Amino acid sequence: MSEDWPLFEVFIRSRSGLEHKHVGSLHATDARMAIEHARDVYTRRQEGVSIWVVRSVDIVASDPEEADALFEPARDKVYRHPTFYAIPEEVKNL
Amino acid sequence: MYTQALDTHGKEAAAAADPHGPAGRFQARIDAEEKIEPKDWMPETYRQTLIRQISQHAHSEIVGMLPEGNWITRAPSLKRKAVLIAKVQDEGGHGMYLYSAAETLGITRAEMLEQLLTGAAKYSSIFNYPTLSWADVGAIGWLVDGAAIMNQIPICRCSYGPYARAMVRICKEESFHQRQGFEIMLMLAQGSHAQRVMAQDALNRWWWPSLMMFGPSDADSKHTAQSMRWKIKRFTNDELRQKFIDITVPQAHYLGLTIPDEALRWDEATQHYQIGPIDWNEFHTVLRGNGPCNRERLEARRAAHEAGRWVREAAAAHAAKERARAAQAA
Repeated sequence: MSEDWPLFEVFIRSRSGLEHKHVGSLHATDARMAIEHARDVYTRRQEGVSIWVVRSVDIVASDPEEADALFEPARDKVYRHPTFYAIPEEVKNL
Repeated sequence: MYTQALDTHGKEAAAAADPHGPAGRFQARIDAEEKIEPKDWMPETYRQTLIRQISQHAHSEIVGMLPEGNWITRAPSLKRKAVLIAKVQDEGGHGMYLYSAAETLGITRAEMLEQLLTGAAKYSSIFNYPTLSWADVGAIGWLVDGAAIMNQIPICRCSYGPYARAMVRICKEESFHQRQGFEIMLMLAQGSHAQRVMAQDALNRWWWPSLMMFGPSDADSKHTAQSMRWKIKRFTNDELRQKFIDITVPQAHYLGLTIPDEALRWDEATQHYQIGPIDWNEFHTVLRGNGPCNRERLEARRAAHEAGRWVREAAAAHAAKERARAAQAA
């Protein structure tokens, strides 16, 4: 069985003014080939104006097991949202 | 494009789980319509079921390029040729999305490719039928892609995130495939006597294999119950097949073509079309490797793989040389 080429994650900017968004992954020998393949695989219908590729092994991700420790503390901090504060109807522009 | 509920082998469903154990918590997430992502805990049978289903689906896309590719050089006009090339290229792209989704479950692309080329993997039985006339390209788009869309739309809501996301992309692209096929059939149906005969002949040959794409009937489908509990599947094979029949029969009537089923009738009581018996022997024969084109399809894949070997080797050698150059310059 032959070895797979390195895996790349692909990010596409759908039009200028918007952020690049993850769309999927593909195999390529190098970054240049990854961009060329990404063009064929992910932009056949003008889905993008710019492509980022990054080696999948270079992505550092948070661990799903730690999701509670990371994200739970924000759950009870409702005072970070504007709707937490009661303002009288007649006060405008707040 | 072409998922098929093969459902003919595989492991027993996971045993009823302790609600507080990992399997119980997993099922609770599924029941709450949460998506499962690659690094989340999942039962081994869930992982294996998805690897099998997604890789079979990917192989079907790749092998599915062959019957239609057969007509690219003989398409009747430049427009039809451009459309057919775009469609076949889409199928290749769909295979790529799906292989990537399967890889997130821990199988490598090379392993999947090997399973396809050695004949160990299954793919949709529909691609083991030959494309004998131009009308077959129309019938494939109309019926085969139509059946595939019916199968695939519910998978957009599959519990496994990467599979669901790939399927959203695929379904978006698939719609033109079906419409261009129906348009070909419409042109032929409105054409000369010879063209109408050709369209009818294509419908005669593709109708029953298209119905078989939905997989064995529910009574014989081993995995359906577990796959539905895991929300990999949302409808049973027979439910999807019936939906397909109900929308497709009136389309055939519009074309002025006859569905090749003498038992076909509208049932007022159920408000569904009722069909005659499906020849499941044929389905199993094709699935076991003895359909009209099984050997030809695999040989074509192997030949393409071998013919491309020097390109892959050259690309890898070039990348290695570039890396060495960059290291020296640094």
